[in-house]
Amino acid sequence: MFATLRKWIDERFDWAALTAPLRKKTVPAHDLSYWYFLGGITLFLFGIQVCTGILLLLYYRPSATEAFESVQYIMTRVQFGWLVRSIHSWAANLMIFTAFCHMFSVLFLGAYRKPRELTWISGMLLLFLAMGFGFSGYLLPWNTLAFFATKVGTEITGQVPIIGHGLKVFLRGGEDVTGATLTRFFGFHVALLPGLTVLLLLTHLALVQYFGMSVPPAVEARWKASPSEARQMKFFPNFFLRELMAWYIALGVLGALAAILPWELGTKADPFAPAPAGIRPEWYFMFMFQTLKKIPAKVWFADGDVLGILAFGVAGILWLLLPFFDQAGGRRGRRLVLGAGIFALSYIIAMTIYGYMAK
Amino acid sequence: MDTWLNNGFPRSLILLLTIVCVCVGGARAQAPSTCLDCHAALDPPLQVTQAQFSQDIHAQEGLTCASCHGGDPTKADMDAMSKAAGFRGKIQRNQIPELCGRCHSDGAFMRKYNPSLRTDQLAQYKTSVHGKRLVQGDTKVAVCIDCHGVHDLRPASDPRSQISPLNVAKTCSRCHSDAEYMRGYGIPTDQYANYNRSVHHEAMTVRGDLSAPTCPTCHGNHGAAPPGIDSVKNVCANCHVFQAQMYDKSTHKAAFQSASLPGCVVCHSNHDVSLPTDAKLGTGSEAVCMRCHKPGDICDQARAKMLQDLTQLDGAVKAADRVLNVAESSGMEVSEARTEQDQARDSLTKARVTIHSFKTELVEQDIQAGLKIAAKTQAEGQAALAERDRRRRGLGLSLGIILVVLLGLLLYIRQIESNSGKVGTAELHR
Repeated sequence: MFATLRKWIDERFDWAALTAPLRKKTVPAHDLSYWYFLGGITLFLFGIQVCTGILLLLYYRPSATEAFESVQYIMTRVQFGWLVRSIHSWAANLMIFTAFCHMFSVLFLGAYRKPRELTWISGMLLLFLAMGFGFSGYLLPWNTLAFFATKVGTEITGQVPIIGHGLKVFLRGGEDVTGATLTRFFGFHVALLPGLTVLLLLTHLALVQYFGMSVPPAVEARWKASPSEARQMKFFPNFFLRELMAWYIALGVLGALAAILPWELGTKADPFAPAPAGIRPEWYFMFMFQTLKKIPAKVWFADGDVLGILAFGVAGILWLLLPFFDQAGGRRGRRLVLGAGIFALSYIIAMTIYGYMAK
Repeated sequence: MDTWLNNGFPRSLILLLTIVCVCVGGARAQAPSTCLDCHAALDPPLQVTQAQFSQDIHAQEGLTCASCHGGDPTKADMDAMSKAAGFRGKIQRNQIPELCGRCHSDGAFMRKYNPSLRTDQLAQYKTSVHGKRLVQGDTKVAVCIDCHGVHDLRPASDPRSQISPLNVAKTCSRCHSDAEYMRGYGIPTDQYANYNRSVHHEAMTVRGDLSAPTCPTCHGNHGAAPPGIDSVKNVCANCHVFQAQMYDKSTHKAAFQSASLPGCVVCHSNHDVSLPTDAKLGTGSEAVCMRCHKPGDICDQARAKMLQDLTQLDGAVKAADRVLNVAESSGMEVSEARTEQDQARDSLTKARVTIHSFKTELVEQDIQAGLKIAAKTQAEGQAALAERDRRRRGLGLSLGIILVVLLGLLLYIRQIESNSGKVGTAELHR
């Protein structure tokens, strides 16, 4: 049957010519090759998100009166609804985790260097979009914790100088978090963000394909000194099958998390109830949240929150342009970027742990 | 830019309005008084400081020392306290209620300050034990200032007030817990100590429920008196409406009345009302029924039946809770069953209220309704646990399949790489 199908395609599309680039594509083979899997795992988890998201859409109702009940219905009445929803929630968190790991591995292995600056920028923008997915998706079950965390989150947005209030009203669909916010976030989550993500993802993958996998500077230097040591692995099937194994492992972890620790639903949001104690954002926003909490109300003449938000904004832009600092600074620039990477990673880990430990 | 100030609005009218506002404000402000100049420096009890008097609700409303004591506070030295100026001096204790009543019993006058404030305090006071004894010449009894304070008198809504719900029991206890002071009245002095052990006190102080009963809730405030045997039920019924209705229709009402027993107090006590438990229906140390009834009589049988029913439903609710707790801690979604479980708990509460009818068939109805719900929620909890186990078996199977696929992939990779070689030298990419 496969032979017949192959013949049918060959007669029309010249299958051999179509798959030639795939057969010719190679991946550098060295001791650090396994870091290359992280991007693929993130892509796999995004695929899971799309599939489970579409399934959830069959039952989810984006209104303040029905959202919670519809998720409750999915969790209790829909066949395998609990699994789909739990996998969607866990995969979202794992995807952001692997995206962060991918970003730092690219940074420490120097894969952002010329000519891959645009690959870095598109990847960073994808990470920002993934966090946007997390922020908008968090509210959709319309439970107490998500409601008040969104209230706090959008309130922080309101602190941005000049455009802050407008941005807050735009995000909330009014002055306060209401059903209008939910509808809006749903729109962002299932239409705007996926559209932008697909465009950026295709760009990112095209750039990866065009430039090939980067070789870490130390390995590159060794290979240059001794060219006979340079090794390449065929992308298909050798690398692809290894990536497939990584995906299977990710699938196993996801299944185990969903079955043993199904994602909680909590209690329905009550806008008139007082905010419960321990309102926290999702873990990937914790380092920013904790920093803003610790900044004094006034730093010299400036408002502490505004200063914190501006600092994170500037840090985000500098991070996006990191490859250009490396390039402009030469050897010193490379050390600067590595130092910044180590500092950022330590800071994010320390502030996240602090955020969860602090009362 | 045009504003209403420079756009033809008559400036003279603004000026006039300003003057009127200042005059009205001045009228409400405290008139200059020379009394505190001297009294602030005197020793207690004649001492009244500005800090103290400024907290007084009367002073805040513009009343002065002269409003109660007479005299002319605008005059200096002893002229202010001359008979000619109408000075009344220290008000005698037996005259205090009438003095306060001059304003507080005048509806038209009080309406200007607080239209919702009652004006029957004096009339009520005259019906109280305090008021009656005062007329008989007993000046030890409480008069207005003993409870409300004097010179720094605050409204009951002020938590610092002696008569705020949180403080009023302590205010009463100043006299009623003083055995020496109360000698000769022939009433106990342990009410406050008992009240402090009660569920009502706990509701007030621990749970912060300011509507919880305290002394005036049952005894009245200005008309304070013991409720009396016949009216005890009516006092409790202010809050415990359904229990009172059940008791009214029960055989106990007539029995207690004929035996001159004080209704609710017989089983629940008065000042040290404890949280009622099902053990009150038992035969142990907390039991109340067997104080009057004989073992084996028809009432004892009814008591035993009601206790058995309550114990059964209580057990069923707790068992369902346990199953739902385990299911929830396993990550199962059981919020709907939890909501239903609240209804089972409501049935148990209702059955405990129905006990006051002393009719086993009525209690049985509530019990059966609760048991039905508890059985359903327990079944839902067990179904959730079965589902959890099914999921875990499914997970085990899936992980097994994933492991087999991983092994297969590993072997396949080894096979193709042993045939064709994994790596080869190549030119470096850019």
